[in-house]
Amino acid sequence: MKVWLLHHRDAALLAWRRLFVVPLNSLLFVIAIGVALALPAGGQMLLANARQLTGAVSATPQISIFMAANADRAAANEIGSRLGKAAGVRHARFVPREDTLSRMKANPGLRDAIEVLPGNPFPDAFVVSVDDERPESMERLAAEFRRWAGVEHVQLDSAWVRRLEALIGLGRNAVILLGALLGAGLVAICFSIIRMQVLVHRAEIEVSGLLGATENFVRRPFIYHGVLLGLGGGIVALLIVTAATLWLRAPLGDLARLYDLTLNLQPLGAIDSALLLAAAGGLGWLGATISLGQHLDR
Amino acid sequence: MIRFDRVAKRYPPGVDALSEVSFEVAEREMVLVGGHSGAGKSTLLKLVAAIEKSTSGAVLVGGQNLGGLSRAALPFLRRRIGMVFQDQKLLFDRNAFQNVMLPLSIAGFPPREATKRVHAALDKVGLGKRENALPAMLSGGEQQRLAIARAVVGRPSLLLADEPTAHLDAETANDVARIFHDFHQVGVTLLIATYAHDLFPGARRLQLDHGRLQA
Repeated sequence: MKVWLLHHRDAALLAWRRLFVVPLNSLLFVIAIGVALALPAGGQMLLANARQLTGAVSATPQISIFMAANADRAAANEIGSRLGKAAGVRHARFVPREDTLSRMKANPGLRDAIEVLPGNPFPDAFVVSVDDERPESMERLAAEFRRWAGVEHVQLDSAWVRRLEALIGLGRNAVILLGALLGAGLVAICFSIIRMQVLVHRAEIEVSGLLGATENFVRRPFIYHGVLLGLGGGIVALLIVTAATLWLRAPLGDLARLYDLTLNLQPLGAIDSALLLAAAGGLGWLGATISLGQHLDR
Repeated sequence: MIRFDRVAKRYPPGVDALSEVSFEVAEREMVLVGGHSGAGKSTLLKLVAAIEKSTSGAVLVGGQNLGGLSRAALPFLRRRIGMVFQDQKLLFDRNAFQNVMLPLSIAGFPPREATKRVHAALDKVGLGKRENALPAMLSGGEQQRLAIARAVVGRPSLLLADEPTAHLDAETANDVARIFHDFHQVGVTLLIATYAHDLFPGARRLQLDHGRLQA
Protein backbone atom coordinates (compact mmCIF):
# COMPACT_ATOMS: atom_id res chain seq x y z
CA MET A 1 0.00 0.00 0.00
CA LYS A 2 2.81 2.36 0.98
CA VAL A 3 4.71 1.54 -2.23
CA TRP A 4 1.54 2.09 -4.24
CA LEU A 5 1.03 5.51 -2.66
CA LEU A 6 4.69 6.33 -3.19
CA HIS A 7 4.38 5.45 -6.88
CA HIS A 8 1.28 7.62 -7.23
CA ARG A 9 2.95 10.55 -5.48
CA ASP A 10 6.06 10.25 -7.67
CA ALA A 11 3.95 9.93 -10.84
CA ALA A 12 1.86 12.98 -9.93
CA LEU A 13 4.99 15.03 -9.17
CA LEU A 14 6.62 13.90 -12.41
CA ALA A 15 3.50 14.83 -14.39
CA TRP A 16 3.40 18.21 -12.62
CA ARG A 17 7.06 18.88 -13.51
CA ARG A 18 6.46 17.86 -17.13
CA LEU A 19 3.81 20.57 -17.40
CA PHE A 20 6.54 23.12 -16.81
CA VAL A 21 9.07 21.69 -19.27
CA VAL A 22 7.44 23.82 -21.98
CA PRO A 23 5.21 26.02 -19.79
CA LEU A 24 3.76 28.14 -22.59
CA ASN A 25 2.55 25.04 -24.45
CA SER A 26 0.91 23.68 -21.31
CA LEU A 27 -0.67 27.05 -20.55
CA LEU A 28 -2.14 27.32 -24.05
CA PHE A 29 -3.53 23.78 -23.90
CA VAL A 30 -5.09 24.49 -20.50
CA ILE A 31 -6.65 27.72 -21.81
CA ALA A 32 -8.02 25.90 -24.88
CA ILE A 33 -9.58 23.25 -22.64
CA GLY A 34 -10.86 25.93 -20.25
CA VAL A 35 -12.56 27.94 -22.99
CA ALA A 36 -14.18 24.77 -24.37
CA LEU A 37 -15.49 23.88 -20.91
CA ALA A 38 -16.58 27.43 -20.13
CA LEU A 39 -19.36 27.28 -22.74
CA PRO A 40 -21.39 24.44 -21.20
CA ALA A 41 -20.44 25.60 -17.69
CA GLY A 42 -21.68 29.11 -18.51
CA GLY A 43 -24.88 27.64 -19.94
CA GLN A 44 -25.40 25.69 -16.73
CA MET A 45 -24.83 28.87 -14.70
CA LEU A 46 -27.44 30.76 -16.76
CA LEU A 47 -29.95 27.92 -16.42
CA ALA A 48 -29.46 27.81 -12.66
CA ASN A 49 -30.06 31.57 -12.51
CA ALA A 50 -33.12 31.39 -14.76
CA ARG A 51 -34.67 29.27 -12.00
CA GLN A 52 -34.77 32.48 -9.95
CA LEU A 53 -37.23 33.92 -12.47
CA THR A 54 -39.55 30.94 -12.65
CA GLY A 55 -39.27 30.39 -8.91
CA ALA A 56 -40.40 33.96 -8.23
CA VAL A 57 -43.69 33.36 -9.95
CA SER A 58 -46.07 30.55 -9.20
CA ALA A 59 -46.05 28.03 -11.99
CA THR A 60 -49.58 27.02 -10.96
CA PRO A 61 -51.81 28.11 -13.80
CA GLN A 62 -54.03 31.02 -12.87
CA ILE A 63 -56.51 33.25 -14.69
CA SER A 64 -56.51 36.99 -14.05
CA ILE A 65 -59.80 38.84 -14.63
CA PHE A 66 -59.62 42.61 -15.00
CA MET A 67 -62.81 44.64 -14.60
CA ALA A 68 -63.63 47.51 -16.94
CA ALA A 69 -62.24 50.85 -15.74
CA ASN A 70 -65.75 52.26 -15.36
CA ALA A 71 -67.12 49.20 -13.52
CA ASP A 72 -68.06 49.98 -9.93
CA ARG A 73 -67.51 47.86 -6.83
CA ALA A 74 -71.04 46.43 -7.11
CA ALA A 75 -70.21 45.04 -10.53
CA ALA A 76 -67.03 43.54 -9.07
CA ASN A 77 -69.04 41.97 -6.26
CA GLU A 78 -71.40 40.50 -8.82
CA ILE A 79 -68.46 38.92 -10.68
CA GLY A 80 -67.11 37.65 -7.34
CA SER A 81 -70.43 36.03 -6.63
CA ARG A 82 -70.57 34.39 -10.07
CA LEU A 83 -67.02 33.09 -9.67
CA GLY A 84 -68.03 31.53 -6.35
CA LYS A 85 -70.69 29.51 -8.11
CA ALA A 86 -68.92 28.84 -11.41
CA ALA A 87 -68.04 25.25 -12.21
CA GLY A 88 -64.31 24.54 -12.45
CA VAL A 89 -63.24 27.46 -10.25
CA ARG A 90 -61.28 26.27 -7.23
CA HIS A 91 -60.58 29.65 -5.67
CA ALA A 92 -61.00 33.30 -6.57
CA ARG A 93 -59.08 36.10 -4.88
CA PHE A 94 -60.33 39.69 -5.23
CA VAL A 95 -57.63 42.34 -5.79
CA PRO A 96 -59.14 45.81 -5.19
CA ARG A 97 -57.88 48.57 -7.45
CA GLU A 98 -56.71 50.50 -4.36
CA ASP A 99 -54.39 47.63 -3.40
CA THR A 100 -52.95 47.54 -6.89
CA LEU A 101 -52.31 51.27 -6.79
CA SER A 102 -50.55 51.01 -3.41
CA ARG A 103 -48.37 48.14 -4.63
CA MET A 104 -47.37 50.04 -7.77
CA LYS A 105 -46.57 53.16 -5.77
CA ALA A 106 -44.28 51.07 -3.61
CA ASN A 107 -42.21 50.34 -6.72
CA PRO A 108 -39.64 53.17 -6.93
CA GLY A 109 -39.38 52.82 -10.68
CA LEU A 110 -43.09 53.41 -11.21
CA ARG A 111 -43.97 55.78 -8.39
CA ASP A 112 -43.20 59.01 -10.24
CA ALA A 113 -45.15 57.98 -13.32
CA ILE A 114 -48.19 56.98 -11.27
CA GLU A 115 -48.13 60.17 -9.21
CA VAL A 116 -48.76 62.29 -12.29
CA LEU A 117 -51.77 60.24 -13.39
CA PRO A 118 -55.19 61.60 -12.48
CA GLY A 119 -56.92 59.21 -10.08
CA ASN A 120 -56.45 55.44 -9.98
CA PRO A 121 -55.84 53.99 -13.45
CA PHE A 122 -56.00 50.37 -12.27
CA PRO A 123 -59.16 48.23 -12.43
CA ASP A 124 -60.46 45.84 -9.82
CA ALA A 125 -59.27 42.34 -10.55
CA PHE A 126 -59.68 38.68 -9.61
CA VAL A 127 -56.99 35.99 -9.53
CA VAL A 128 -58.66 32.65 -10.19
CA SER A 129 -57.20 29.19 -9.64
CA VAL A 130 -58.97 26.33 -11.34
CA ASP A 131 -59.65 22.62 -10.82
CA ASP A 132 -58.63 21.52 -14.29
CA GLU A 133 -55.28 23.05 -15.24
CA ARG A 134 -55.13 21.68 -18.76
CA PRO A 135 -54.64 24.54 -21.25
CA GLU A 136 -57.83 23.75 -23.23
CA SER A 137 -59.99 23.74 -20.06
CA MET A 138 -58.46 27.01 -18.90
CA GLU A 139 -58.97 28.57 -22.31
CA ARG A 140 -62.65 27.51 -22.19
CA LEU A 141 -63.09 29.09 -18.74
CA ALA A 142 -61.27 32.26 -19.83
CA ALA A 143 -63.56 32.53 -22.86
CA GLU A 144 -66.61 32.23 -20.58
CA PHE A 145 -65.31 34.94 -18.22
CA ARG A 146 -64.71 37.28 -21.17
CA ARG A 147 -68.43 37.14 -21.97
CA TRP A 148 -69.44 38.34 -18.47
CA ALA A 149 -70.65 41.93 -18.20
CA GLY A 150 -68.17 44.35 -16.68
CA VAL A 151 -65.14 42.21 -17.53
CA GLU A 152 -62.64 44.08 -19.70
CA HIS A 153 -59.74 41.64 -20.02
CA VAL A 154 -58.95 38.01 -19.11
CA GLN A 155 -55.37 36.71 -19.00
CA LEU A 156 -53.82 33.24 -18.50
CA ASP A 157 -51.05 34.20 -16.05
CA SER A 158 -48.90 31.10 -16.10
CA ALA A 159 -48.43 30.98 -19.84
CA TRP A 160 -45.15 32.89 -19.84
CA VAL A 161 -43.81 30.83 -16.96
CA ARG A 162 -44.60 27.71 -18.92
CA ARG A 163 -42.93 29.17 -21.97
CA LEU A 164 -39.88 30.06 -19.87
CA GLU A 165 -39.78 26.57 -18.37
CA ALA A 166 -39.98 25.08 -21.85
CA LEU A 167 -37.12 27.33 -22.89
CA ILE A 168 -35.12 26.26 -19.84
CA GLY A 169 -35.78 22.62 -20.75
CA LEU A 170 -34.55 23.33 -24.25
CA GLY A 171 -31.54 25.17 -22.82
CA ARG A 172 -30.74 22.23 -20.57
CA ASN A 173 -30.68 19.90 -23.55
CA ALA A 174 -28.55 22.37 -25.46
CA VAL A 175 -26.08 22.51 -22.53
CA ILE A 176 -25.93 18.70 -22.42
CA LEU A 177 -25.33 18.54 -26.18
CA LEU A 178 -22.73 21.31 -26.03
CA GLY A 179 -21.09 19.66 -23.03
CA ALA A 180 -20.92 16.30 -24.81
CA LEU A 181 -19.45 17.83 -27.98
CA LEU A 182 -16.89 19.98 -26.20
CA GLY A 183 -16.13 17.14 -23.78
CA ALA A 184 -15.28 15.00 -26.80
CA GLY A 185 -13.06 17.87 -27.93
CA LEU A 186 -11.29 17.86 -24.57
CA VAL A 187 -10.72 14.11 -24.85
CA ALA A 188 -9.26 14.65 -28.33
CA ILE A 189 -6.93 17.41 -27.07
CA CYS A 190 -5.67 15.23 -24.20
CA PHE A 191 -5.32 12.26 -26.58
CA SER A 192 -3.09 14.32 -28.81
CA ILE A 193 -1.01 15.81 -25.97
CA ILE A 194 -0.39 12.41 -24.38
CA ARG A 195 0.55 10.98 -27.76
CA MET A 196 3.21 13.66 -28.05
CA GLN A 197 4.35 12.97 -24.49
CA VAL A 198 4.72 9.26 -25.26
CA LEU A 199 6.86 10.11 -28.28
CA VAL A 200 9.00 12.55 -26.27
CA HIS A 201 9.52 10.05 -23.44
CA ARG A 202 9.92 6.93 -25.55
CA ALA A 203 13.46 6.28 -24.29
CA GLU A 204 12.36 6.58 -20.68
CA ILE A 205 9.45 4.21 -21.30
CA GLU A 206 11.75 1.64 -22.89
CA VAL A 207 14.40 1.87 -20.16
CA SER A 208 11.81 1.73 -17.37
CA GLY A 209 10.37 -1.45 -18.86
CA LEU A 210 13.83 -3.02 -19.09
CA LEU A 211 14.52 -2.15 -15.45
CA GLY A 212 11.36 -3.85 -14.23
CA ALA A 213 8.67 -1.19 -14.38
CA THR A 214 5.13 -2.49 -14.49
CA GLU A 215 2.74 -1.21 -17.15
CA ASN A 216 0.96 0.83 -14.51
CA PHE A 217 4.22 2.43 -13.38
CA VAL A 218 4.91 3.53 -16.96
CA ARG A 219 1.35 4.72 -17.58
CA ARG A 220 0.77 6.63 -14.35
CA PRO A 221 2.70 9.85 -15.13
CA PHE A 222 0.88 10.15 -18.46
CA ILE A 223 -2.49 9.54 -16.84
CA TYR A 224 -1.73 12.22 -14.24
CA HIS A 225 -0.60 14.53 -17.04
CA GLY A 226 -4.01 14.15 -18.71
CA VAL A 227 -5.87 14.62 -15.42
CA LEU A 228 -3.83 17.72 -14.54
CA LEU A 229 -4.51 19.25 -17.96
CA GLY A 230 -8.23 18.54 -17.55
CA LEU A 231 -8.30 19.95 -14.02
CA GLY A 232 -6.35 23.01 -15.15
CA GLY A 233 -8.88 23.52 -17.93
CA GLY A 234 -11.71 23.10 -15.40
CA ILE A 235 -10.21 25.77 -13.16
CA VAL A 236 -9.82 28.13 -16.13
CA ALA A 237 -13.47 27.46 -17.09
CA LEU A 238 -14.58 28.25 -13.51
CA LEU A 239 -12.62 31.51 -13.57
CA ILE A 240 -14.13 32.48 -16.93
CA VAL A 241 -17.68 31.73 -15.77
CA THR A 242 -17.18 33.55 -12.46
CA ALA A 243 -15.74 36.59 -14.23
CA ALA A 244 -18.62 36.58 -16.72
CA THR A 245 -21.10 36.33 -13.84
CA LEU A 246 -19.65 39.34 -12.09
CA TRP A 247 -19.51 41.31 -15.34
CA LEU A 248 -23.11 40.53 -16.34
CA ARG A 249 -24.68 40.74 -12.89
CA ALA A 250 -25.50 44.47 -12.89
CA PRO A 251 -26.82 44.81 -16.48
CA LEU A 252 -28.95 41.64 -16.22
CA GLY A 253 -30.27 42.75 -12.84
CA ASP A 254 -31.30 46.11 -14.39
CA LEU A 255 -32.97 44.31 -17.30
CA ALA A 256 -34.92 42.06 -14.94
CA ARG A 257 -36.13 45.06 -12.90
CA LEU A 258 -37.66 46.52 -16.05
CA TYR A 259 -39.94 43.45 -16.07
CA ASP A 260 -40.66 43.83 -12.36
CA LEU A 261 -38.46 40.79 -11.59
CA THR A 262 -35.48 40.28 -9.36
CA LEU A 263 -32.41 38.62 -10.80
CA ASN A 264 -29.17 38.47 -8.85
CA LEU A 265 -26.84 36.50 -11.12
CA GLN A 266 -24.89 33.95 -9.09
CA PRO A 267 -21.74 32.05 -10.12
CA LEU A 268 -21.75 28.24 -10.23
CA GLY A 269 -22.48 26.74 -6.82
CA ALA A 270 -20.13 24.44 -4.91
CA ILE A 271 -21.72 21.27 -6.25
CA ASP A 272 -21.78 22.46 -9.88
CA SER A 273 -18.15 23.63 -9.54
CA ALA A 274 -17.08 20.30 -8.06
CA LEU A 275 -18.92 18.48 -10.86
CA LEU A 276 -17.22 20.65 -13.47
CA LEU A 277 -13.75 19.93 -12.05
CA ALA A 278 -14.51 16.22 -11.70
CA ALA A 279 -15.79 16.06 -15.28
CA ALA A 280 -12.76 17.98 -16.56
CA GLY A 281 -10.32 15.72 -14.71
CA GLY A 282 -12.28 12.65 -15.79
CA LEU A 283 -12.24 13.66 -19.45
CA GLY A 284 -8.48 14.32 -19.19
CA TRP A 285 -8.07 10.84 -17.71
CA LEU A 286 -10.17 9.34 -20.52
CA GLY A 287 -8.16 11.09 -23.25
CA ALA A 288 -4.88 9.96 -21.68
CA THR A 289 -6.09 6.39 -21.21
CA ILE A 290 -7.27 6.06 -24.81
CA SER A 291 -4.05 7.60 -26.07
CA LEU A 292 -1.88 5.23 -23.99
CA GLY A 293 -3.91 2.29 -25.24
CA GLN A 294 -3.19 3.38 -28.80
CA HIS A 295 0.44 4.42 -28.50
CA LEU A 296 2.09 2.78 -25.48
CA ASP A 297 1.42 -0.83 -26.38
CA ARG A 298 3.09 -0.50 -29.76
CA MET B 1 21.18 -19.82 -11.50
CA ILE B 2 20.83 -19.96 -15.31
CA ARG B 3 20.01 -22.98 -17.44
CA PHE B 4 19.59 -23.09 -21.22
CA ASP B 5 18.17 -26.33 -22.56
CA ARG B 6 18.37 -26.70 -26.38
CA VAL B 7 17.39 -23.07 -26.85
CA ALA B 8 16.82 -21.64 -30.29
CA LYS B 9 15.92 -18.12 -31.32
CA ARG B 10 14.81 -17.33 -34.82
CA TYR B 11 14.05 -13.80 -36.01
CA PRO B 12 11.77 -13.15 -38.96
CA PRO B 13 12.13 -13.86 -41.84
CA GLY B 14 13.99 -16.98 -40.71
CA VAL B 15 17.33 -15.81 -39.34
CA ASP B 16 18.64 -18.19 -36.68
CA ALA B 17 20.32 -16.13 -33.94
CA LEU B 18 20.74 -19.13 -31.62
CA SER B 19 20.46 -22.85 -32.34
CA GLU B 20 20.39 -25.76 -29.89
CA VAL B 21 22.18 -23.82 -27.14
CA SER B 22 22.50 -25.63 -23.83
CA PHE B 23 24.57 -24.57 -20.81
CA GLU B 24 24.31 -23.82 -17.12
CA VAL B 25 25.69 -21.04 -14.96
CA ALA B 26 26.00 -21.77 -11.26
CA GLU B 27 25.36 -19.22 -8.53
CA ARG B 28 28.31 -16.88 -7.80
CA GLU B 29 29.96 -17.91 -11.07
CA MET B 30 31.42 -15.48 -13.58
CA VAL B 31 30.87 -16.60 -17.16
CA LEU B 32 32.01 -14.85 -20.33
CA VAL B 33 30.18 -15.28 -23.62
CA GLY B 34 32.47 -14.81 -26.58
CA GLY B 35 32.05 -14.91 -30.32
CA HIS B 36 32.25 -12.81 -33.41
CA SER B 37 29.86 -9.99 -34.15
CA GLY B 38 26.45 -11.49 -34.88
CA ALA B 39 27.31 -14.76 -33.13
CA GLY B 40 24.28 -14.38 -30.85
CA LYS B 41 25.87 -13.01 -27.66
CA SER B 42 23.38 -10.16 -27.21
CA THR B 43 20.46 -12.42 -28.08
CA LEU B 44 21.57 -14.86 -25.40
CA LEU B 45 21.64 -12.11 -22.75
CA LYS B 46 18.24 -10.81 -23.90
CA LEU B 47 16.78 -14.27 -23.45
CA VAL B 48 18.13 -14.41 -19.88
CA ALA B 49 16.63 -10.99 -19.10
CA ALA B 50 13.36 -12.02 -20.76
CA ILE B 51 13.69 -9.13 -23.22
CA GLU B 52 13.27 -11.72 -25.97
CA LYS B 53 11.48 -15.08 -25.91
CA SER B 54 13.09 -18.24 -27.22
CA THR B 55 11.59 -19.83 -30.29
CA SER B 56 12.13 -23.28 -28.80
CA GLY B 57 13.84 -24.87 -25.82
CA ALA B 58 13.74 -23.79 -22.19
CA VAL B 59 15.41 -20.85 -20.44
CA LEU B 60 15.45 -21.09 -16.66
CA VAL B 61 16.60 -18.26 -14.39
CA GLY B 62 16.66 -18.89 -10.66
CA GLY B 63 14.68 -22.07 -11.30
CA GLN B 64 11.92 -20.18 -13.11
CA ASN B 65 11.08 -21.19 -16.67
CA LEU B 66 10.85 -17.93 -18.58
CA GLY B 67 8.71 -19.56 -21.28
CA GLY B 68 5.83 -19.76 -18.83
CA LEU B 69 6.35 -16.29 -17.39
CA SER B 70 3.23 -14.14 -17.48
CA ARG B 71 3.34 -10.54 -18.69
CA ALA B 72 2.49 -9.38 -15.16
CA ALA B 73 5.37 -11.38 -13.62
CA LEU B 74 7.98 -10.13 -16.10
CA PRO B 75 8.78 -6.81 -14.33
CA PHE B 76 9.46 -8.59 -11.05
CA LEU B 77 11.93 -10.95 -12.72
CA ARG B 78 13.77 -8.02 -14.30
CA ARG B 79 14.08 -6.31 -10.91
CA ARG B 80 16.10 -9.31 -9.71
CA ILE B 81 18.50 -8.98 -12.64
CA GLY B 82 20.96 -6.15 -13.20
CA MET B 83 21.78 -5.47 -16.80
CA VAL B 84 24.41 -3.29 -18.44
CA PHE B 85 23.29 -2.72 -21.99
CA GLN B 86 25.61 -2.48 -24.96
CA ASP B 87 24.26 0.99 -25.73
CA GLN B 88 23.93 1.76 -21.98
CA LYS B 89 20.41 3.12 -22.33
CA LEU B 90 21.01 6.07 -20.01
CA LEU B 91 18.40 8.81 -19.83
CA PHE B 92 20.07 11.94 -21.10
CA ASP B 93 17.58 14.35 -19.56
CA ARG B 94 18.30 13.01 -16.05
CA ASN B 95 21.48 13.45 -14.07
CA ALA B 96 23.66 10.61 -12.81
CA PHE B 97 21.86 10.43 -9.47
CA GLN B 98 18.43 10.28 -11.12
CA ASN B 99 19.54 7.63 -13.61
CA VAL B 100 20.74 5.37 -10.82
CA MET B 101 17.67 6.13 -8.71
CA LEU B 102 15.29 4.91 -11.44
CA PRO B 103 15.40 1.16 -10.67
CA LEU B 104 14.83 1.89 -6.98
CA SER B 105 11.88 4.19 -7.75
CA ILE B 106 10.43 1.42 -9.90
CA ALA B 107 10.88 -1.10 -7.10
CA GLY B 108 9.25 1.29 -4.63
CA PHE B 109 12.16 1.82 -2.26
CA PRO B 110 11.56 4.42 0.48
CA PRO B 111 13.29 7.66 -0.56
CA ARG B 112 15.79 7.72 2.30
CA GLU B 113 16.93 4.14 1.79
CA ALA B 114 17.04 4.65 -1.98
CA THR B 115 19.18 7.78 -1.65
CA LYS B 116 21.70 5.90 0.51
CA ARG B 117 21.89 3.09 -2.02
CA VAL B 118 22.36 5.45 -4.95
CA HIS B 119 25.21 7.23 -3.20
CA ALA B 120 26.81 3.89 -2.36
CA ALA B 121 26.50 2.67 -5.96
CA LEU B 122 27.92 5.89 -7.40
CA ASP B 123 30.79 5.80 -4.90
CA LYS B 124 31.47 2.19 -5.83
CA VAL B 125 31.96 3.06 -9.51
CA GLY B 126 33.89 6.25 -8.73
CA LEU B 127 31.16 8.72 -9.66
CA GLY B 128 30.32 9.89 -6.15
CA LYS B 129 31.28 13.45 -6.97
CA ARG B 130 29.51 13.54 -10.35
CA GLU B 131 26.00 12.73 -9.26
CA ASN B 132 24.59 16.00 -10.61
CA ALA B 133 26.22 15.59 -14.01
CA LEU B 134 24.04 14.80 -17.00
CA PRO B 135 25.22 11.75 -18.99
CA ALA B 136 26.22 14.00 -21.89
CA MET B 137 28.74 15.68 -19.57
CA LEU B 138 30.40 12.35 -18.74
CA SER B 139 33.17 10.60 -20.69
CA GLY B 140 32.52 7.22 -22.36
CA GLY B 141 34.10 5.40 -19.43
CA GLU B 142 32.10 7.37 -16.90
CA GLN B 143 28.89 6.66 -18.80
CA GLN B 144 29.73 2.95 -18.73
CA ARG B 145 30.38 3.13 -14.99
CA LEU B 146 27.09 5.00 -14.53
CA ALA B 147 25.29 2.20 -16.40
CA ILE B 148 26.97 -0.32 -14.08
CA ALA B 149 25.91 1.67 -11.01
CA ARG B 150 22.32 1.63 -12.25
CA ALA B 151 22.53 -2.12 -12.86
CA VAL B 152 23.82 -2.93 -9.39
CA VAL B 153 21.98 -0.39 -7.23
CA GLY B 154 19.12 -2.83 -6.62
CA ARG B 155 21.73 -5.38 -5.41
CA PRO B 156 20.74 -8.07 -7.89
CA SER B 157 22.01 -11.61 -7.48
CA LEU B 158 22.53 -11.84 -11.25
CA LEU B 159 24.33 -9.24 -13.31
CA LEU B 160 24.30 -9.32 -17.12
CA ALA B 161 26.59 -7.14 -19.19
CA ASP B 162 26.67 -6.77 -22.95
CA GLU B 163 30.06 -5.67 -24.23
CA PRO B 164 30.78 -3.52 -21.14
CA THR B 165 34.32 -2.64 -22.22
CA ALA B 166 33.64 -2.01 -25.91
CA HIS B 167 34.75 1.41 -27.18
CA LEU B 168 36.77 2.10 -23.99
CA ASP B 169 40.49 2.73 -23.84
CA ALA B 170 42.64 0.09 -22.16
CA GLU B 171 42.90 1.86 -18.80
CA THR B 172 39.18 2.57 -18.56
CA ALA B 173 38.34 -0.97 -19.69
CA ASN B 174 40.55 -2.29 -16.87
CA ASP B 175 38.74 -0.06 -14.35
CA VAL B 176 35.35 -1.34 -15.53
CA ALA B 177 36.53 -4.97 -15.46
CA ARG B 178 37.80 -4.43 -11.91
CA ILE B 179 34.35 -3.26 -10.85
CA PHE B 180 32.84 -6.50 -12.21
CA HIS B 181 35.46 -8.51 -10.35
CA ASP B 182 34.54 -6.70 -7.14
CA PHE B 183 30.88 -7.65 -7.59
CA HIS B 184 31.89 -11.24 -8.30
CA GLN B 185 33.89 -11.24 -5.07
CA VAL B 186 30.80 -10.37 -3.05
CA GLY B 187 28.82 -13.26 -4.54
CA VAL B 188 27.06 -11.79 -7.56
CA THR B 189 26.61 -14.16 -10.52
CA LEU B 190 27.91 -12.56 -13.72
CA LEU B 191 27.21 -13.34 -17.35
CA ILE B 192 29.23 -11.04 -19.57
CA ALA B 193 29.19 -10.90 -23.34
CA THR B 194 32.62 -9.67 -24.38
CA TYR B 195 35.50 -9.97 -26.80
CA ALA B 196 37.94 -8.95 -24.09
CA HIS B 197 38.40 -12.25 -22.27
CA ASP B 198 41.78 -11.25 -20.97
CA LEU B 199 40.21 -8.54 -18.80
CA PHE B 200 38.37 -11.20 -16.80
CA PRO B 201 40.93 -13.80 -15.76
CA GLY B 202 39.55 -16.86 -14.02
CA ALA B 203 36.10 -16.58 -15.61
CA ARG B 204 34.59 -19.55 -17.45
CA ARG B 205 34.18 -19.00 -21.19
CA LEU B 206 31.36 -19.91 -23.52
CA GLN B 207 32.05 -19.45 -27.20
CA LEU B 208 29.30 -18.84 -29.74
CA ASP B 209 29.72 -19.25 -33.47
CA HIS B 210 26.83 -18.41 -35.76
CA GLY B 211 24.39 -19.01 -32.92
CA ARG B 212 25.84 -22.36 -31.89
CA LEU B 213 27.76 -23.01 -28.71
CA GLN B 214 31.26 -24.34 -29.39
CA ALA B 215 32.53 -27.19 -27.28
